[in-house]
Amino acid sequence: MANAALSTPGVPMQSRGLEKKQTWLERLRKGDEVVHLITLAGAWSIIVITGLLVQHLWVYSAIARHTFGWHFLFTSTWDPVNGLFGAWPFVYGTIVTSIMALVIAIPIGLGTAIFLAELAPRKISNALTFLVELLAAVPSVVYGLVGIFLLIPVLTTAMPYFQKVFGWLPIFSGTFYGVSYFSAAVILAIMVVPFIVSISREVLLTVPVSQREAMMALGATKWDVTWRAVVPYARQGIMGSIFLALARALGETMAVTMVIGNVAQVSTSLLAPGYTIAAVIANEFTEATGDLYLHALIELGLVLFAVTMIINALARLLMLTMKAHEVTG
Amino acid sequence: MRALRSSSKPAANPSSYPPLSRKITNYVMLSLTGLCTVLVVSVLLTILVYLLWNGMHALNLNFFTKLPAPVGQSGGGVSNAIVGTLKLLALASAIGVPIGLLGGIYLSEFAGGWSAFTVRYTTDLLNGVPSVVMGIFVYTLVVLPMHHFSTLAGGIALGIMMIPIALRSTEDFLRAVPRSLREGGLALGASKSETIFTIVIPAAIYGIITGIMLDIARVAGETAPLLFTAFGNQFKSPGWLQPTASLPVVIYNYAISPYDDWHQQAWAAGFVLLSGLLVVSIIARVILARGKKLSHG
Repeated sequence: MANAALSTPGVPMQSRGLEKKQTWLERLRKGDEVVHLITLAGAWSIIVITGLLVQHLWVYSAIARHTFGWHFLFTSTWDPVNGLFGAWPFVYGTIVTSIMALVIAIPIGLGTAIFLAELAPRKISNALTFLVELLAAVPSVVYGLVGIFLLIPVLTTAMPYFQKVFGWLPIFSGTFYGVSYFSAAVILAIMVVPFIVSISREVLLTVPVSQREAMMALGATKWDVTWRAVVPYARQGIMGSIFLALARALGETMAVTMVIGNVAQVSTSLLAPGYTIAAVIANEFTEATGDLYLHALIELGLVLFAVTMIINALARLLMLTMKAHEVTG
Repeated sequence: MRALRSSSKPAANPSSYPPLSRKITNYVMLSLTGLCTVLVVSVLLTILVYLLWNGMHALNLNFFTKLPAPVGQSGGGVSNAIVGTLKLLALASAIGVPIGLLGGIYLSEFAGGWSAFTVRYTTDLLNGVPSVVMGIFVYTLVVLPMHHFSTLAGGIALGIMMIPIALRSTEDFLRAVPRSLREGGLALGASKSETIFTIVIPAAIYGIITGIMLDIARVAGETAPLLFTAFGNQFKSPGWLQPTASLPVVIYNYAISPYDDWHQQAWAAGFVLLSGLLVVSIIARVILARGKKLSHG
C-alpha cells in the first residue's frame, strides 16, 4: 500500500526518485527487506500447511482408494470386521440432513434478514443482529447438548400430532425414537440461521437507496420494493451466504453426531436414525483397527474436504461477482 | 433498471392504487418476516437461557477443584479439563497468532499481485476446512509419528485453525488505517518498516487484539479436532506430551453417557465454556468500540 502511495502523482517527485535508486542491499540494511521476508515466510507457511493437509489426506487414504475405487461412495455395506467399506449411508445422511437444514433455514433466515434490514428501526436491528452473531459463537458441542436434552424431548412429544397429519407421507412414516435425520436437520438449521441472517442482512443493507426509490416511484408497495427490487439486486450475496451455510452444515460434526443416532443405514423416512460422514469419522476414528479401516475413514475425510472446498469456492465466487456488480452497476 | 422493467404494467385504475390484493400481500408478507425474526430470536434465546439455567444449577466448587470421580460415585469435578483447555489454547495461540499477524502484515503492507492472491485464497480455503478433517490431518501429522495422543497435537490442531481468522482480521484492520498516516511517516524520513511498526500497527492495535480474542474464543469450543489429537484423560496431564482432557470433549463424552451425574457435569462444563466465550466476545467488542472512540477523538 505504501509502495502504491510512493508512485501516486500526489506525492512529490523527489521521494519517488529516492525510492527507485535504493538497491536491494540498501533496503536490507534499513530493515525493510528483513521485515518483508519475515512476513512473507509467515504468509507462505499457510500455503505449506494447506499443501501438507491435502497431501496427507491423499497419502493416508491410498489403501482405501485403491481397494474400492469409486464404488466406495455408492455401496451400502459398512462392515469393519470383514473389511468391507461402503460409504453410501454416510453420504446419503450428510446430503439429506444438510439439504433439509437448508430447507428449514433459508426461508426463516431470509425473512429475518429482510425484517432486520428493511423494516426494523436501526437500533433494534443492530441489537438483534448482535444477539444473532453472538449465537454464531456458541460451540457445536453445546448445541449438541441442547439437542439431546431439550430438542429431542420436545420433538418426541410433538411428533405423534405431527404424524397424525403428515404420517401418510413416506418421509414422515415409521416410529420416531428421537434420534433421527430430522433432529439433526433441525439442530443444523438452528446453527446455520445466524450465518444466513447476518450475511444476507449486510448484503441487503448495501443495496442503493435509488433502487428502492425507483420502485417506490412506480407505486409499488413496501413488499414489492423489497421482493422485486432489493432482493434481486442482492441475490448473489444471498446465494453466497446460503452456500457458506451449506458448507458449514456438511462439515458439522459434534451436534449432528449427538442427535442423529449413528446407525449406518439408508432410510426413506426422515424420522429414522442415520449417520453422516463427519459423525462416523468422529465416532470410529480412534477405534479404527487396521490400515484399511483407518484409510477408509480418512478417505471419507478427503471426500468431505473436497466437497466443502468446492462449495466454499462457489460461495466466494458469488460474493466476488456481487462486489464487481456493485462497482460496475 | 431492473425495477422499471419488472413493473411496467400500468395500473388499471389509478384512484384505488395499489389494488387490494397487493396491499394484502404486502401486509401478509411483511408480517411473515416479522414472525421469522420473532421465531429466530426466541429459539436462540430459549437455548441460551435453558443452558445457563441448567448449567448454573449443576455448578459447584468441586467442579473447579476436583478430578473426575469414577463411574458410579457422585461428586468430582473437571479441574483437569479446565487446565487442559487453557494449556491447549496457550499452545494454539503460540502457533496461530504469530503466523496470523505476520501473514496479515504481509498481505496489507507488502503483497501485491499473484502472491497476495495465492495467500488470500489459501487462507480462505484453510478457513473452510471442516474441523473434523483438521483433526484427521493433525492425527497423521503428529499423533502417528509420535505414537500417542498429546496436548501438543491438540494445540497444533487448534493453532492451525486459528491462523485464517487471525490473518484476515489483522489484514482488514491494517488496511483500514488511512494512507495519509503512512505517507506522513514516510515523509518524515522513516523507513517502510519503521512506519509499519511505529505508526500503522499502533493505529490498528485495538482491532488486531479484538480479532485475536474472538479467534481464541472461536477455537476454545472446538471439539472434533481434539477427539483424535488431545483425546481425553481422566487424570491430570503433566507436560505437553500426554493426552489431556478438555472442556469441549468432556461435554461430549458426558452428554452421550447414560449417567445422570455426568449429564449434570456436562451442563456445568457447557455453562463454564459458554460464559467464558461470551465474556471474551463481549470484552473484545468493548475494546474495539473504545479503540474507535480513542482514534476518532
